[in-house]
Amino acid sequence: MFNNLPFIAAAVIGGIGLTALLFRRNIIKMIMGVSLLEASVNLFLVTLGYRQGGIAPIFTNAPEGPMVLPTVQAMTLTNIVIGIATTALLLSFAMMIYRKYGTADAGSIRKLRG
Amino acid sequence: MTPGIIAQHAPALIIALPLFAAFATPLIGRYSRQARDAWIFAAMAATAAIAAVLAYQVYTVGTVVYAFGAAAPHIPLPIDSGGIPIRIIFTVDAMSAFMVVTAAISGFAVTLYSLISESKLTGRDGFYALLLLLITGILGMVCTGDLFNFFVFLELNSIAGAALIAYRNDKGVAIEAGLKYAFLCTIGGLFVIFATALLYGQYNALNIAMLASRIEFTMLDKVALVLLLAALAMKAGAVPLHFWTPDAYSMAPGSITALLVVASQAGLYGVFRVVFTLYSVTLDYFAVGWIIIVLGVLSMFIGVTMALVQKDVKRLMAYHAVSQTGYMLLGVGVGLAVLGQQGLMDAYGLVAMEGGIFHIINHAMYKGLLFLTAGAIFYRTGTRNLNRLGGLGHSMKWTMIFFIIGALAIAGIPPFNGFASKLMIYESVFLFNPLLAIIAMVVSILMLASFVKVFQSIFMGPRLPEYADVKEAPLPMLIGMGILAVVTVAFGLAPAWVVDQFVAPAAAALVNQSGYIASVLGGL
Repeated sequence: MFNNLPFIAAAVIGGIGLTALLFRRNIIKMIMGVSLLEASVNLFLVTLGYRQGGIAPIFTNAPEGPMVLPTVQAMTLTNIVIGIATTALLLSFAMMIYRKYGTADAGSIRKLRG
Repeated sequence: MTPGIIAQHAPALIIALPLFAAFATPLIGRYSRQARDAWIFAAMAATAAIAAVLAYQVYTVGTVVYAFGAAAPHIPLPIDSGGIPIRIIFTVDAMSAFMVVTAAISGFAVTLYSLISESKLTGRDGFYALLLLLITGILGMVCTGDLFNFFVFLELNSIAGAALIAYRNDKGVAIEAGLKYAFLCTIGGLFVIFATALLYGQYNALNIAMLASRIEFTMLDKVALVLLLAALAMKAGAVPLHFWTPDAYSMAPGSITALLVVASQAGLYGVFRVVFTLYSVTLDYFAVGWIIIVLGVLSMFIGVTMALVQKDVKRLMAYHAVSQTGYMLLGVGVGLAVLGQQGLMDAYGLVAMEGGIFHIINHAMYKGLLFLTAGAIFYRTGTRNLNRLGGLGHSMKWTMIFFIIGALAIAGIPPFNGFASKLMIYESVFLFNPLLAIIAMVVSILMLASFVKVFQSIFMGPRLPEYADVKEAPLPMLIGMGILAVVTVAFGLAPAWVVDQFVAPAAAALVNQSGYIASVLGGL
């Protein structure tokens, strides 16, 4: 149970993110939902590679004992960078929509229909 | 020897070249516009040439593998690695090469076209940089043999695509479309990486071939399959996740829409790769095949019925694109449903798959052509509203001819390429289930009906006073359209040759999971 705590935390964060994404109408809050989803995936990835009592996977002068998995950490780093790019893009879209429409409410941004 | 080096490193260069060119573009643009335009053209031409070299290698020698950072990149498994592919490996089999060729032709035509179509507008440095990044994303997605790497290129594709859709903001409406696309693609991307994590957690591998050799189809694998299929079907624009396509395709600049079609098809490639190569033997072919068939039929039908009522010419074409994606899903879905039953596979399964795959390149050509003509009309008249356009046949003759070629091809009229691939789909699907073939034909007829309407309202009728001074589109735009039109006609005139040379190997490569695994891991 205790060992699974990070997985549960990832699920909870993801759940909050998904809820924000689906039930909030403010674009900024929806973007926060996306960021939370991303954070939950990152947490899931890092937890996946964790080994009980493991040390950082640097081989130079490494003491005996288990190491945590490096691949998932590399994946997490990449995902964080990609996350920054997407969040920046989404936020700049939100900013420009607010400038043009005067609102950030997803319900009233509906010029494209049919 | 330089040609030898280029040939050896083609899989790396095909990504490195447009990537480098993209980031150098704004720098060069600071000094000279002419130099920048020449640079972009040269970079795209070189990328297309490398794509041709790579495809030639794949079709003559066989699957090309390339391990990044290795001393001997063509050996995927170093001797001291213990049989585990530790590096990022590109695995370019015939199916990948097929997609590379599609993307290269389309990308070249679009680049040429957009050098003129954007010439009066601002912010071109960023536009061309993003255009090259989008091409890099597409090429990376179809070449890579690594699931995480696939995700990275998917995101590159999505971010560049979303930024380009919103580039000409048009009082905010285009940003609305871009925002929708960016939201969906980000969530889709997170689905893909979560699925990747689920697979990595179980099998300790990211390489698709390695995963395919170890996969056991546990409960978690099923979850991963659903996530991957949902995300990639969304990217491909299949019903029920198609609602971004009309917005994005109609609001993006004409040249970008033509490329977005290919970007969507990279998503479709992802669906096929996941189903055939990653899961393959572990799947219940019949059930998954039917899921894909049902998605295909729904896409075909909903797409075409929504298209009939549209007034915006690009929105109409966008719904047709949804409909066309349905044909590809139908063809390949039928192939999947009978996979493993050799008799049925020989009888019609393989032909259905070839039809579906052939339709991918055909669709990229004629739909790209149609979007480029729509872009040319918008470039000259400033409107996309069918009720306001008219009489353009007098002044834009070449554009009209290209439009006719594209429209007849999409409706499946001989001798254009759409006819060839649709006929393959009809014939084979009829043997599988006659009802599906009849639906496909009815959809095709509806498609013809709607394009007759579009043709009539844009080009026919007397010359309208407000368009009295409209001229033909500029030459480079016509050349861009011309390239796609020539391919459309050529594939229609010699379909048997194209199918034998390019499509059949691609379909065979897709079905041959053990071959894909062996190309990376060695042995059978």
